[in-house]
Amino acid sequence: MPALLEIRNLSKSFGGVAANVQISFDVAEGEILGLLGPNGAGKTSLFNSISGEVTPDSGEILLQGRRISGAGPVACAAAGIARTFQVVRSFDSMTVLENVMVGAFARIASPSAAMAEAAEVIDYCGLVAKIDAPAHGLSPAEKRRLEVARALATKPRLLLLDEMLTGLTPTEAQAGVALVRSVQARGVTVIMVEHVMEVVLPLVSRAVVLNLGRVLTIGTPAEIVRNPDVIRAYLGDRYAPA
Amino acid sequence: MLETIAQVVLSGLLMGLIYALVAAGLSLIFGLMDVVNFAHGELMMVAMYAVFTLWQVSGLDPFMLLPVVAALLFGLGIAIYRLLIARALSVRFNKGMVQIFVTFGLAIFIRGFAQFVYGGEFRSITGTVLANRTASLGDVYLPLPQLAAAFVCLCAFAGLLAISRTEFGRALEATREDREAVALIGIDRDRIFALGWGLGAATVGVAGVMLAGFYYVSPNVGANFALIAYVTVALGGFGSMLGALAAGLLIGEVEAITAAVLEPSLKQVGMFAIYLAVLMFRPRGLFGKI
Amino acid sequence: MANAITIRRRRELLIGAILLAVLAVLPLPLHDVYTRNLIIITLLFAGLAQAWNILGGYCGQISLGHSLYFGIGCYVSTLMFVNGHIPPPIGMIAGGLAAAAVALLVGWPCFRLSGHYYAIATVVIQEIAYLLALNWDWIGGASGVYIPFRGESWLNLQFRTDKLPWHYVVLAFVALTWLTAWTLEGSRIGFAWRAVKDDVIAARSLGVRIFPSKMAAAGVSGFLTGVGGAIFAQYVGYIDPDSILSGPLAILIALPAVLGGVGTLWGPLIGAAVLIPLKELSSSYLGSSGSGFDLMLYGLLIMAVALLRPQGLGSLLKRGADAGAA
Repeated sequence: MPALLEIRNLSKSFGGVAANVQISFDVAEGEILGLLGPNGAGKTSLFNSISGEVTPDSGEILLQGRRISGAGPVACAAAGIARTFQVVRSFDSMTVLENVMVGAFARIASPSAAMAEAAEVIDYCGLVAKIDAPAHGLSPAEKRRLEVARALATKPRLLLLDEMLTGLTPTEAQAGVALVRSVQARGVTVIMVEHVMEVVLPLVSRAVVLNLGRVLTIGTPAEIVRNPDVIRAYLGDRYAPA
Repeated sequence: MLETIAQVVLSGLLMGLIYALVAAGLSLIFGLMDVVNFAHGELMMVAMYAVFTLWQVSGLDPFMLLPVVAALLFGLGIAIYRLLIARALSVRFNKGMVQIFVTFGLAIFIRGFAQFVYGGEFRSITGTVLANRTASLGDVYLPLPQLAAAFVCLCAFAGLLAISRTEFGRALEATREDREAVALIGIDRDRIFALGWGLGAATVGVAGVMLAGFYYVSPNVGANFALIAYVTVALGGFGSMLGALAAGLLIGEVEAITAAVLEPSLKQVGMFAIYLAVLMFRPRGLFGKI
Repeated sequence: MANAITIRRRRELLIGAILLAVLAVLPLPLHDVYTRNLIIITLLFAGLAQAWNILGGYCGQISLGHSLYFGIGCYVSTLMFVNGHIPPPIGMIAGGLAAAAVALLVGWPCFRLSGHYYAIATVVIQEIAYLLALNWDWIGGASGVYIPFRGESWLNLQFRTDKLPWHYVVLAFVALTWLTAWTLEGSRIGFAWRAVKDDVIAARSLGVRIFPSKMAAAGVSGFLTGVGGAIFAQYVGYIDPDSILSGPLAILIALPAVLGGVGTLWGPLIGAAVLIPLKELSSSYLGSSGSGFDLMLYGLLIMAVALLRPQGLGSLLKRGADAGAA
């Protein structure tokens, strides 16, 4: 499989604290990649580098061979990267349709075409009943869906989901998993940040585990759960097999 | 020549200390709860009228009335917080805008009230022991009321620093740092906010009383000082006491120098220009957290 | 597919057209000069507030220095007419363009500032301009400029015998600002503005270019405010820094939008309809002789609306309409 995204020796520190150290991995076209690790492992920081929100101190990020690191969020969005946020950021003075139209306007200039595109994506994400509801009144699970719809409306190649399943009820999480699968079926590559492994491992083809800012291991879900380093990082030395 | 320079620098310093104290109260309130009090200058005007009235009624020296007026303003600050600001902080929509326009409406109301009670004419206090006296350092003359005001402002700053070391000061600091977390360690946020408003109002009250010793009193006196206070606070960095002091002194000097070198009517242009220039390089002011 | 947004926008246009028709005949039975003047001033501020609303309401950049753009519109059109004999309808456009240029110039450094820092910077820049204007004799200094009467005509934009033509000039201005807001609200840039106002980080992640969006809002808002200023100058026939470039005027331009509802189409109109007559009436009946009572009332009104209806008075109507539709 050709690599859609390549991360090469990426390092980033904030005020002397190293958030990411010498990170390298590839993301294949069409896959769902899990980005795992305990709290403070540097997952969100890496996400912010990929989405252009922060500039790495060293190393580079390539999307289809073109360097995007340091280009800023607007350029990254134009290149085909869309994201959701760990703490939901909906446009609260707008309705659901209007929120998603902001995303659609990334590719479409005409209001009526953007509206049609947004309505289609909303339908696809299962929010059609709330299409004219104000965003501030949505439930947490609906807000997460809204963020996914808004991101998808930009027609991304790569979708970054930041703890999209965290804090949902089991039923809501199941529905979320189904949504991610169907996004992949549309040909969008997905990177998911989660710190709860059980939720995300069944969904991904491969996972990258970060710990203390470094790549701990990369592998298939089966490899990840057997890896003693991963168990140690999550649970502490006591639980690691000798 | 040297005397002229010394004269300009010293009078800038004296005025700068007053600006710094006016700004300190504003900065304190902002740092605590992200609220810019657009009625800050009007609180100073209230203090000036209060000391004027008490002086006329009691015949006491205005400087002796300082603690009374400061206490009055402390109470007024708490009342404003309880009646208006606490409500403005709890609205769901347009929080930033509501806060601006509530304090702005309050400013207009207070100005109207002063006009209603005292009329529009300028008044001045003539009864201080220091009135019309000057101190001289060689050929440099400094009016005593201004020297006294500067001295009291310095004391007030020292007082603010002392307060920051008390239990209440630490609670203030904790509330500033993390508004949500303080509830968990048993600090009553609402009470701290109210006391913060009391303290901010008392601070500008002290500045107002001292200013009244050498400056005319009118319903519009606050507006001009308030604008300078906003500039001072933004220049120093919102929420920073040290920033307010440094920026106040800088503003006072720039004003005095522009007035001497260019033209008195342009003195404010100089200070505003400095403010804009600094903001280009430090968008959050000299001492503001980035 | 007819969805809620399309239906709402069509309805807005219809209501706008009806309102325009009503406002066009409104002054006909009212011959009293005082009343006609009151309506003209109210309409003027409705238009100005709508102009402010584009930057302050839709884009969320709270400018407290809009009298700067108003004043530039006044000065440019007036000086062109007085010194250059250039007809005000041309001067008005020139004044609008000059105001837009200054708005961009102000925005360039200031849009890097956030929240209160931005608001205070706008006040300070307006105040600098005010102080400079007071001291600049070529533009009349503190004593101002009288606009000479050169004969009643639409070209000169001077009408002495009757205020009715003025009513239509100002009504056209309101229609222009309203249509601009309506058009932009439904367009790509309008969505970008609202996204910037609600959440800058989310907006950027969706490809919204923040700085150009703010600059566009500043340009449009500055232009319309400048045009409003030029109309005002021609209407009153005399300008000086206190009447066209002051801090209180900047607040008066923003207030109707805030009272009626920021970032909404009807907010500025509703706000002006409530605020301006109230302010004018209270100062003429309670005495602008300096009793201060009118100011107290004005201040109380601002506080009451800000606290009781943070979304603005317009939200009362909306709730009524929703209840009626249900």
